[in-house]
Amino acid sequence: MTAQTNRPTDDKAVQARRRFLKEMAGAAGGACMLALGVGLYGAEASARPAMAIRPPGALPEADFLAACVRCGLCVRDCPFDTLKLARLGDNVATGTPYFEARAVPCEMCDDIPCVAACPTGALDRSLSNIGDARMGLAVLIDQETCLNFLGLRCDVCYRVCPVIDKAITLELVHNPRSDRHAMLLPTVHSEHCTGCGKCERACVLPEAAIRVLPHKLAQGKPAEHYRKGWAEREAAGGSLIGEQQQLPMRGLEGREYGDTRVAPDYVPPAVAPAGPGGIDSGWKP
Amino acid sequence: MTSANPVTPGVPPKSVKGAARSGAVARPGAESVEAHGWLHAHKWLLLRRASQLGILALFLVGPWLGLWIIKGNLSSSLLLGVLPLTDPYLLLQSVAAGQLPYKEGLLGGGIVLAFYLLLGGRLFCSWVCPVNIVTDAAAWLRRRLGIKGGRVPSEYTRYWLLGMTLVASALTGSIAWEWVNPVSMLHRGLIFGFGLSWGIVAAVFLYDLLMASRGWCGHVCPVGAFYGLLGKTALIRVTADKRSKCNDCMDCFAVCPEPQVIRPALKAVGQPHPVILDQDCTSCGRCIDVCSKQVFRLTTRFDRSES
Repeated sequence: MTAQTNRPTDDKAVQARRRFLKEMAGAAGGACMLALGVGLYGAEASARPAMAIRPPGALPEADFLAACVRCGLCVRDCPFDTLKLARLGDNVATGTPYFEARAVPCEMCDDIPCVAACPTGALDRSLSNIGDARMGLAVLIDQETCLNFLGLRCDVCYRVCPVIDKAITLELVHNPRSDRHAMLLPTVHSEHCTGCGKCERACVLPEAAIRVLPHKLAQGKPAEHYRKGWAEREAAGGSLIGEQQQLPMRGLEGREYGDTRVAPDYVPPAVAPAGPGGIDSGWKP
Repeated sequence: MTSANPVTPGVPPKSVKGAARSGAVARPGAESVEAHGWLHAHKWLLLRRASQLGILALFLVGPWLGLWIIKGNLSSSLLLGVLPLTDPYLLLQSVAAGQLPYKEGLLGGGIVLAFYLLLGGRLFCSWVCPVNIVTDAAAWLRRRLGIKGGRVPSEYTRYWLLGMTLVASALTGSIAWEWVNPVSMLHRGLIFGFGLSWGIVAAVFLYDLLMASRGWCGHVCPVGAFYGLLGKTALIRVTADKRSKCNDCMDCFAVCPEPQVIRPALKAVGQPHPVILDQDCTSCGRCIDVCSKQVFRLTTRFDRSES
């Protein structure tokens, strides 16, 4: 100390300035470190695939985290207590609203009170028709346990769907196991599914076979250069490469070329009663 | 602890540390309690606690009793179903992250901004913020247990952090400080449920208790820094108008969460008048309580009189 003060430049002002600069450097360094930590934690936490199903009208996840102030006004105005605020440890950005469809699904209110309550636009008010909401997408995720896939008639997810016959349809297919029954497979259509989660809530299994997932997890994306021949043909009003020669196909005479499907209302031509003997010996159920 | 033992008259301790070493400020306010009674020596503290808990209660009677006076939390709320209130610091981060809020949000932010600009930014810290109770408890316990040492970061850390959270918001595209903000974690936790957020509150308590005296609110918290910047023109201020009566007992320095703000007014260092104009002063009024000589008084910034 004394050695320093003896130096000619080390007058009081210089010392004070040094002290100030040192303190500022410490403050700036500490603040930068803390901010960097917070920033990295935030970047890491928001980079996780969001498992949370957001309220209707929620902006895409990245924008949502910039807009949502975590006030919970949407939670308060949800008449069915569907929405809740994420707590630290829920694996959803702390304080942001979400819901678990298996616990309480969205009832799809006509007036969308949660969106009306949002003061920041994290829930976008351009959503005026709840049918246009895309909270997530139902996916029949486990075909091994789904009762309809086992050939039974459960149909509960289909029955409870608020957009029945559009968002979920039952597709009739042949049951290859019994070889003589049909399966009615619940099939979700992304152009109508709002992600309300009623199907997931209603699934009768101990763990739901149909679940609502965020679109990012649920959907692929077709490559933009793909062209579907049948779609192009319909748009152009005819084949783009001219009519193709059609060769007859045994057993499918009288059907459209290439059409091997079995229509729901298809009645197979009566088969003449088989005589005794042969593979089919007259079995009756 | 020789609590009621005042420092030898005429030999004032040189610093808060020195006073603490002599045992004079382990129980600041003891003299005041003796002179004016317990209630009078805790008047502003009690009023402040009433304000903090009262505001919290207003938020809680909704979910608990179905009486919806105010909905939401300190981040954003709706008073009586019509008046929006939003934390302007949150909005600032949101804008930095690239989102412009709806007009309700902006209006709510404007109302809060105007309120604190007019009356005093850091009134939020001492009269509203729930973390104040936590850090006050830590400071009280630290004094009682005689815990010394640790390292207090520079008081400018919070202003740097305020700037850095805005930069981090812009870079990450999310409201950066909300990932850890103990203020909203505690308030939201009390109203909507904690999860593990209590851990962050406990960390702040332990930090103030063991590592840095008045460390969080006075040196680190960028929310306090933001409201401090709003307090440059605060109307409500504390004045040391009876500073001639000061007996250098150091009690005010010991209880003050921002002790550096007192000296200019009390000892006329760098300013002639006795009004504490520093933006860091939270107008908590605790100095008024603990002063046995009743040197301090709450008034407006324009009242520069001295008696």
